[in-house]
Amino acid sequence: MLSIVEIKNLTVQYPDVKALDDVSFVVNQGDFLGIIGPNGAGKSTLFDSMLGLNTKYKGEIKFFGKDIRKSKNYLKEIGYVPQKPIFEKNFPVTVNDVVKMGLRNKSDENKIDKILQQLWIHELSDRRIGELSGGQQQRVFIAKALVNNPKILILDEPVTGIDQQSIELFYSILRELNSTQKITIIWSSHDLDAVNKLANHVACLNRTLFFHGKSEKFFSDDDLIKQYSEASMQEHMHHH
Amino acid sequence: MSLEILTYSFMHRALISGVAIAILCSVVGLFLVLRRYSLFGDAIAHSSFGGIALGLLAGVYPLWTAYGVSIVSALIITKVKDKYNISGDASIAVLLSSGIAIGLVIIGLSGGFTIDIFSFLFGSILLVSVNDTVLILALTGIILIVILLLYRQILYSTFNEEQAKVSGIPVEKINYLIVFMAGITVVTSIQLVGVLLISALLVIPNVTAIMYGKGFKLTAIISMSFSIFSVVAGILISYIFDITPAGTIVLLSIGLLAGTMGIKSAGLLSKN
Repeated sequence: MLSIVEIKNLTVQYPDVKALDDVSFVVNQGDFLGIIGPNGAGKSTLFDSMLGLNTKYKGEIKFFGKDIRKSKNYLKEIGYVPQKPIFEKNFPVTVNDVVKMGLRNKSDENKIDKILQQLWIHELSDRRIGELSGGQQQRVFIAKALVNNPKILILDEPVTGIDQQSIELFYSILRELNSTQKITIIWSSHDLDAVNKLANHVACLNRTLFFHGKSEKFFSDDDLIKQYSEASMQEHMHHH
Repeated sequence: MSLEILTYSFMHRALISGVAIAILCSVVGLFLVLRRYSLFGDAIAHSSFGGIALGLLAGVYPLWTAYGVSIVSALIITKVKDKYNISGDASIAVLLSSGIAIGLVIIGLSGGFTIDIFSFLFGSILLVSVNDTVLILALTGIILIVILLLYRQILYSTFNEEQAKVSGIPVEKINYLIVFMAGITVVTSIQLVGVLLISALLVIPNVTAIMYGKGFKLTAIISMSFSIFSVVAGILISYIFDITPAGTIVLLSIGLLAGTMGIKSAGLLSKN
């Protein structure tokens, strides 16, 4: 199997806290990796480092066998869906505009149509992005991520603040992209049930990586799940 | 009489330069407004005041020194802002006041020159020369071509900087490019409305156009149309009634903004 992402001894030290401590794991082609962990576990720091937004780390991150410090070309192969895209509500762009933003070449209208149809937002293509619901906006950003034929999709907690029906649709779209289009997916989530249903691999992060492997293994190990729940609970209490 | 004014060659030059500047300001201004940089044009214009004073003192054509001083100081303030983490509005205040301060000191040193300064403060579109007109058309053409070639990248980094970065777009370079183009646009437009009213041309047509709830291209076209209308009508009306062109142009575009707000609150425009 071809390894697409290799992370070796990744450590990120912020002035007051160690956000990631010696994290190592590998993502192979076709994997659907669910990254779980309580708030403040370092999931966003991990993503920022992988996407080149945080360069102050120790250790090594490789995409397609190449160190990301040496070349940014790997970004062309990645579709990234942020947690909650921040933009002005009345920003004058339609769904169609958003999907085409940043494209270097002339856009392939047929392909864009197809992607919009696949994500059930075809009817919305002339509406302003700010008029749509959270779930619809999320699908627009997945469409945007797919336009460049990415080999990997990276999604950061993408169901925060979205209604249940849209979440179900979103999950079925992810499953489809991974199983039929063979896109490797790296997805951070709070929703253990959904991770159990969708992901074939799990990385459990709480500053250090305390589990990485097949999801059946994680979800059949009561001790691991208990450990995870306690860590989340502590974090929860800490926050309130 | 009202048709006769269209036969004067100074009026041709004024209208041609005016339309070019209207298009240029509306396009560059749209990106500034969307980046919450509405007052940046004002700051550049004020810093150009320092450049104009410098040119008058040194005996150089003041617009050349204005281009130099404005663009360099705009790029420096952008660099300083990123490096020391100064907020956008504060950096605009620094740029704005330092330009005026430099201008005032230079004027003081030279013993004062009032007449030329007045035309730079409030514009003098009816006085543009053939050379000015050619320069305005050339700069407008170049900037529009650059924007047309790069607009998806510029738009993406305006919409969401982080996402644009992750897509491999050189966001920082694009930021400097916009600052550079804004500098050229503002100094070029000083001849039309002067230092003091420049942000009206950059901001008002765009704020108006955004209210129509359309996509990016249509919004840009609406903004350009309003901008051209205000400039052309403003130049003609001001000449007929012998009032200031700059003030008339700005008041007309404010009229279009107020009209749009009226239409919108009457429920005739889609929400948003």
